[in-house]
Amino acid sequence: MPPVPHHGGSPHNGLFVNALCKSYGPVQVLADASFEVRPGEVVALLGENGAGKSTLSNIIAGSTKPDAGTIIWRGNPYSPASPAAAIDAGVGMIHQELKLLPDLSVAENVYVGRLPMRGGRIDRAAMNARASAQLKRLGLDVSPERKVRTLRIAAQQQVEIAKALTLNAELLIFDEPTAALGGEETELLFKQIRKLKAEGMSFIYISHRLDEIAEIADRVVVMRDGRIVARHERADIPVRAIVEQMVGRSVERMFPQLSPPGDQTLLEVENLSSPEKSFNNVNFSVRAGEILGIAGLIGAGRTELVRAIAGADPISSGSVRVAGKPVHLNGPAAAIKAGVVLVPEDRKAQGVVLDQTIGENLAFGNFDHVAPKGWVFPKAVQKFAEAGISRLGVKGKPNQAVSKLSGGNQQKVIIAKWVARPPKVFILDEPTRGIDVGARAAIYDVIADLARSGMAVVVVSSDLEEVLGLSHRVLVLSRGRQRGILDRSEASNVAVMELATS
Amino acid sequence: MAVSNDASDLKAGAQAATGAKLSALFAGTMGPLIGLVLLCLALTLTTDTFLTVRNILNVLDQITVLGIMAIGMTLVILVGGIDLSVGSVLALAAMVMGFVAHPDYLNLGMPAGIVVALVVAGLCGLVSGLLVTVTKLPPFIATLAMMSVARGLGNMITDGSQIVGFPDWFTSLSITRHFGFLSVTVGLMIVLAIIFAIFLNYRATGRSLYAIGGSAEVARLSGIPVKSLTNWVYATCGVLAGLAGIVLAARLDSVQPSSGLGYELDTIAAVVIGGASLSGGVGSIGGTAIGVLIIGVLRNGLNLLGVSPFIQQVVIGVVIALAVATDTWRRRAQ
Repeated sequence: MPPVPHHGGSPHNGLFVNALCKSYGPVQVLADASFEVRPGEVVALLGENGAGKSTLSNIIAGSTKPDAGTIIWRGNPYSPASPAAAIDAGVGMIHQELKLLPDLSVAENVYVGRLPMRGGRIDRAAMNARASAQLKRLGLDVSPERKVRTLRIAAQQQVEIAKALTLNAELLIFDEPTAALGGEETELLFKQIRKLKAEGMSFIYISHRLDEIAEIADRVVVMRDGRIVARHERADIPVRAIVEQMVGRSVERMFPQLSPPGDQTLLEVENLSSPEKSFNNVNFSVRAGEILGIAGLIGAGRTELVRAIAGADPISSGSVRVAGKPVHLNGPAAAIKAGVVLVPEDRKAQGVVLDQTIGENLAFGNFDHVAPKGWVFPKAVQKFAEAGISRLGVKGKPNQAVSKLSGGNQQKVIIAKWVARPPKVFILDEPTRGIDVGARAAIYDVIADLARSGMAVVVVSSDLEEVLGLSHRVLVLSRGRQRGILDRSEASNVAVMELATS
Repeated sequence: MAVSNDASDLKAGAQAATGAKLSALFAGTMGPLIGLVLLCLALTLTTDTFLTVRNILNVLDQITVLGIMAIGMTLVILVGGIDLSVGSVLALAAMVMGFVAHPDYLNLGMPAGIVVALVVAGLCGLVSGLLVTVTKLPPFIATLAMMSVARGLGNMITDGSQIVGFPDWFTSLSITRHFGFLSVTVGLMIVLAIIFAIFLNYRATGRSLYAIGGSAEVARLSGIPVKSLTNWVYATCGVLAGLAGIVLAARLDSVQPSSGLGYELDTIAAVVIGGASLSGGVGSIGGTAIGVLIIGVLRNGLNLLGVSPFIQQVVIGVVIALAVATDTWRRRAQ
């Protein structure tokens, strides 16, 4: 892409981002990113999970510092040292997870940190009146004295916007603002954005919902692997074209050869729904030796789905059968007993007890095996651990603390914990998250081996390449709904993303 | 980068292996153990009477109540909880025993009194456990509530007055020294300590408590019944507090609703001095035994040295802070 012409090309009083770079250790998350936002326009920032959108917007909002590159905002060099400095300069960000104080009132939230004072006391009347005025400007009928906790998510978001308005923000960054909103609420938000836009405000709009981009954005910037790969002067671009740019051609990666699956169906999921509606009416089955990938964007309900199958979260309706037998999903213990095991998404919080040894971690969950009569002897744990360690190729000793292991080795410890049972259904949620690229291939080999040994394997990943490279079939979720199951032959980046963004 | 990491991993593993053999029983309690030894050395040198059989037996007698309660507290702290109600449950159990057994009240005999007392104490613990696991109250709050309730119930039984005078065989449990040195109550404490040490080290259920304290979610996802074990731990802590109340009754030949005031803090102090982490997952009966001994020896030694009880309180406070601070520094250094 040619660099953005700045100043000379189209002089305006907006935002110019020039060649921003950012690395975390050896990983470059942002490379030479340049784009501009003109006054009174909405620029959509698109890309897959991990494409660099968040880093880029965090830099503009002052919560991250770039390694190189410059920003010009309203004609002046701009390098905010903190979010407060960015706000002072008129740049605000509305995070996906709203940053409100739930037990304070709407007005207090709007004015937190700069409560209007009179005579050494908070001037509540003035505060409520001013907050009320801002809320009216947004067309919102909420009492400024109401506690934020009692508001719906959509209304809470409005409070955040009102707060930004009172801070005289002229550029607002929205990170996935509609992820938690329903149709009408989204419409209201769009109405407000259009109104503020007409008043001259600018917006950077990050969203995974490509269908709404054409409606709200003026221009589109597409990111991939930390780079800006396309800039469109208009927003009514075919979704397919954007998706192709988002997924692009990635670096070749080493995925193991998959063996053909067997005939026996080990896992059958029927009409499964969650009480919170994070997934609805999901149906699929997995055969022995088969790897089913589950793809979808963040918030699509992937983790919730597999946690429910593993008994970790409750379901509201539907059924799960393992090797033909129905499983009563009333807790992880029941699922484990039925042969369903889960390698959870958050390794450190859910997968391993960090302060304890590899041996202990392997024993947790296998006491029926290590201690058949309830007696746990260190020698038995040691032997059991050594077997697991050598089977998975963990680089460590049984009485070494798990906290001292690399992420890849920690992941192998969790897999080793379950392999010994042996399970019938092996579920892995984000198996390579936070693991060095170099160590991933080893995890992929392990996963392929699990399938080869006759288990039904389910892999959830935000990394599309990973899902495609590892799976015999790919189930795509979007907003909690099953959008389709693609065979390996028909599952391409574009096909999956099209379903995932539908 | 990766290669050097692996090498150091292996080295650390080898070191951990040798270390594990050395301190299998007192795992992670080398610091407190050294402290106890130094304390005993100092008292041996500064007093004539510390290192005598008679005095050592005295110390053991004096720590039985604390020791028995501290076993239960160790379990609770291991699963990441806390029990502030043990002092009150001790008093309630003692009052229940007196009420059921004493001729002036129900006069049903000592065995019945002891059994009912232990059941009541266990129920108190179970209720605390349910408040934590089902009602999702923070353990601090749940047991703070129980602390008040149990104390009030204890007072209600006799409207605040004490019950004096138990059978001779009962009081002799804490006085008569069998084999020339061991009273039944001290023996009971030692047997309980050994049973629970074995339980925590070698039983699957005991090991599971370490998993729960290390990370309740990891434990749950590993198929460990976190809720029922947590309930069981609080109930056990209650029963042991009740048992401590019975031992105290034998020592004093009386029960009073105001007994055990502030014992929860001594108990927590002993467990923490013994190397347990209040965030759970770290601790052992061996460590707690050392913690209890440090508090017992310190009190005894300061008495022998003629230090006023007020200064003793100050010293014990300083020891708690020092013990935990050293532990924190050591961990950070690693």
